[in-house]
Amino acid sequence: MAMVEIGHFALVLAFALALVQTAVPFAGARIGDERLMAAGGPITIAGFLATAFAFAVLTSAYVQSDFSVLNVWENSHSLKPMLYKITGTWGNHEGSMLLWVVILTFFGAMVALFSANLPASLRADVLSVQGLIGAAFLLFVLTTSNPFTRLIPAPFEGRDLNPILQDIGLAIHPPLLYLGYVGFSVCFSFAAAALIEGRIDAAWARWVRPWTLAAWMFLTGGIAMGSYWAYYELGWGGFWFWDPVENASFMPWLAGTALLHSAIVMEKRSALKIWSVLLAILTFSLSLLGTFLVRSGVLTSVHAFATDPSRGVFILAILTLFIGGSLALFALRAGTLTAGGLFHPISREGSLVLNNLFLTTATATVLVGTLYPLLLEAVTGDKISVGAPFFNLTFGPVMLPLLVAVPFGPLLAWKRGDLLAVSQRLFAAFAVAIFATLLVLMLVDSAGAFAAAGVGLSAWLILGPLTDLAMKAAVGSVPVAVSLRRLIGLPRSIIGTALGHLGLGLTTLGIVCTLAFQVEHITVMKPGETTDIGSRQIRFEGFSPVQGPNFTETRALFTAIAADRSESGRVSAAKRVYTARQMPTTEAGILTLGLSQLYVSLGDPTDDGGIVVRIWWKPLVTLIWLGALVMMAGAGVSLTDRRLRVGAPSRRSRAGKANAEVSA
Amino acid sequence: MTRKQKRLAVIGGALVFLGAATALTFYALGQKASYFFMPADLQAASLSPGQRIRLGGLVEPGSIRRGQGTQVSFAVTDTDKSVPVTYTGILPDLFREGQGVITEGTLGADGVFEADSVLAKHDETYMPKEVADSLKEKGIWQEETPGSGS
Repeated sequence: MAMVEIGHFALVLAFALALVQTAVPFAGARIGDERLMAAGGPITIAGFLATAFAFAVLTSAYVQSDFSVLNVWENSHSLKPMLYKITGTWGNHEGSMLLWVVILTFFGAMVALFSANLPASLRADVLSVQGLIGAAFLLFVLTTSNPFTRLIPAPFEGRDLNPILQDIGLAIHPPLLYLGYVGFSVCFSFAAAALIEGRIDAAWARWVRPWTLAAWMFLTGGIAMGSYWAYYELGWGGFWFWDPVENASFMPWLAGTALLHSAIVMEKRSALKIWSVLLAILTFSLSLLGTFLVRSGVLTSVHAFATDPSRGVFILAILTLFIGGSLALFALRAGTLTAGGLFHPISREGSLVLNNLFLTTATATVLVGTLYPLLLEAVTGDKISVGAPFFNLTFGPVMLPLLVAVPFGPLLAWKRGDLLAVSQRLFAAFAVAIFATLLVLMLVDSAGAFAAAGVGLSAWLILGPLTDLAMKAAVGSVPVAVSLRRLIGLPRSIIGTALGHLGLGLTTLGIVCTLAFQVEHITVMKPGETTDIGSRQIRFEGFSPVQGPNFTETRALFTAIAADRSESGRVSAAKRVYTARQMPTTEAGILTLGLSQLYVSLGDPTDDGGIVVRIWWKPLVTLIWLGALVMMAGAGVSLTDRRLRVGAPSRRSRAGKANAEVSA
Repeated sequence: MTRKQKRLAVIGGALVFLGAATALTFYALGQKASYFFMPADLQAASLSPGQRIRLGGLVEPGSIRRGQGTQVSFAVTDTDKSVPVTYTGILPDLFREGQGVITEGTLGADGVFEADSVLAKHDETYMPKEVADSLKEKGIWQEETPGSGS
């Protein structure tokens, strides 16, 4: 029983450690004391262990259904399946914020462990900034969102978790998303440290890039997972709603993508230094803004577990402190950073600048669309909603030219590129893209110009990076085995780039095909009846009642029939009522056929024994999320590039010395 | 072109792009944002025909009529005025009489609101924020006491 209090204590201890972590290494760096600077590492790791222990205690309270803890009583139930008892730990405001802090201190500890080759004062400053962020959020958790508050007397039964959060998607989505969001805090700390030091060079970019890559990889996964969860759990069949909470995670992703690219220029050509530092600050600022939007209760959504004005004010204060503080630091110190090498507009650098221009503009349009309704309501009291029509008109046109330009970038040379030569190399990809466009126009009656151009663009995006790899591996001009060896021997960052762009192409193809070619049908069906959906048919077999662990449901069984009359599979959709909260939910039925999906959602029963059924045929819809997986794989492969492996330079120098000795 | 002219052309191009994006954003905010109304505010509002708006309030008890197939009609009320709504499709799980709801669509010349989406709620204690705020202003709805709802 006293475990909970020990967990609470560990969290207070973590806060104290975070304060020490802020002050000691920073002071060490200022007065040049080696021991004070070195103390930063162990303190950071201790802070992480204390926070992780607190989180483990909360998780165990959930596992044991300890309803004497207010947070457990509010969000758990003894009959809830074990998996959802565990994941329920972060399925509420307090637990979710604790997870946020655990991941923040985890990244701090990672920096402490893998930064032996950093200059001592830079390392000390990075850990100090990381400690300040940790202290602010630990104070937030302890004062406004304490998950360890007791409830006396303890009730016998909990109130259960919101049923739509009892899902495997939710088990994965928040941790991944937070690994991304919070991972950018490391880039932020590096940027702040560089500004404090007033010194920045290509090595800085090499240290920052792996953290950016890792954070970006997790954020990509988190967003994709959230999108798939909304797709199958909410029963609306949509994969993206331009909901403010979705935008909150999308903005750091866009800015992080820009940072990923500008850091390359900085590392290779030592240009764009000041810009990269600013981007690192902006990316984490957008993560903080996202946390504020989702956690403060200014938006109502599935994420707004509880609204308490003091929380909103507290996070707003954190937001102001860090964004305002870092931008002030930037304004003061950016002038001391020196500008880097010059380059021609048509060059690799030029293409990456173009990428940054478009991505930051796209971020800005999403930011305006997300914040404008909040500002307007605060100023005039008018309530508006900004949805898909706005973003289609603004975000779309901004991103479109960027997508067209993507395949050119990696093929252009540094400093001064030859656009004509690159175009010749990409000629085959371009020809196939045009061919695909014409094919769609001719073959698919319903396809408009948008659909055809979209398919062509996707083909271009998919074939561009493949062409790049094929050229670099000299496929066709040397024996297959040789080019295969060359392909494997290519620098990992080149393979990673190609995979990232390929994934973007696959996601684009999925989005285009789903939007342009999906077939939707709403109808009333009785058992035994058949309905056409596209070239297929679906037969309603009948109802069957099901008793789940903490719900009862009415399940409707369907059989999908292919165009040639053969059965292609069974799918069941359900109406569920969760007993504890008496809350009804709709469970969509999804049948995956190849890369496409048949999606069935139930409405209300009619008086004559039928039921309203909404059926979609969604061609190639799975590519939307598979593309994201390929992007993640690209980031993962890039992370293994030997240039980025932490400690690689020192190992190489040691190996070099060994070689020298051998030859001597 | 000299180096200076080239640089000016690049910067000029970027500025034109940013300007176009800004103009597009303002245009889209004016054209594509949909305003939120309660039934009582609707008469005072000057709507252009076909303008998309959001209509929010409570589902008036006894007003739900199911038509052929998936057609349904109901009335949205703020207890002062009420507006008839038609909708074709599947209603959200927690759509009930007396519950808060937000519908999106266009107001017909006959005063019937043709909705193309009815917003689902995520939680049984959740009241759409716009509706809750407006009802609170009118003093009709009070926040649940802490402990019974979150």
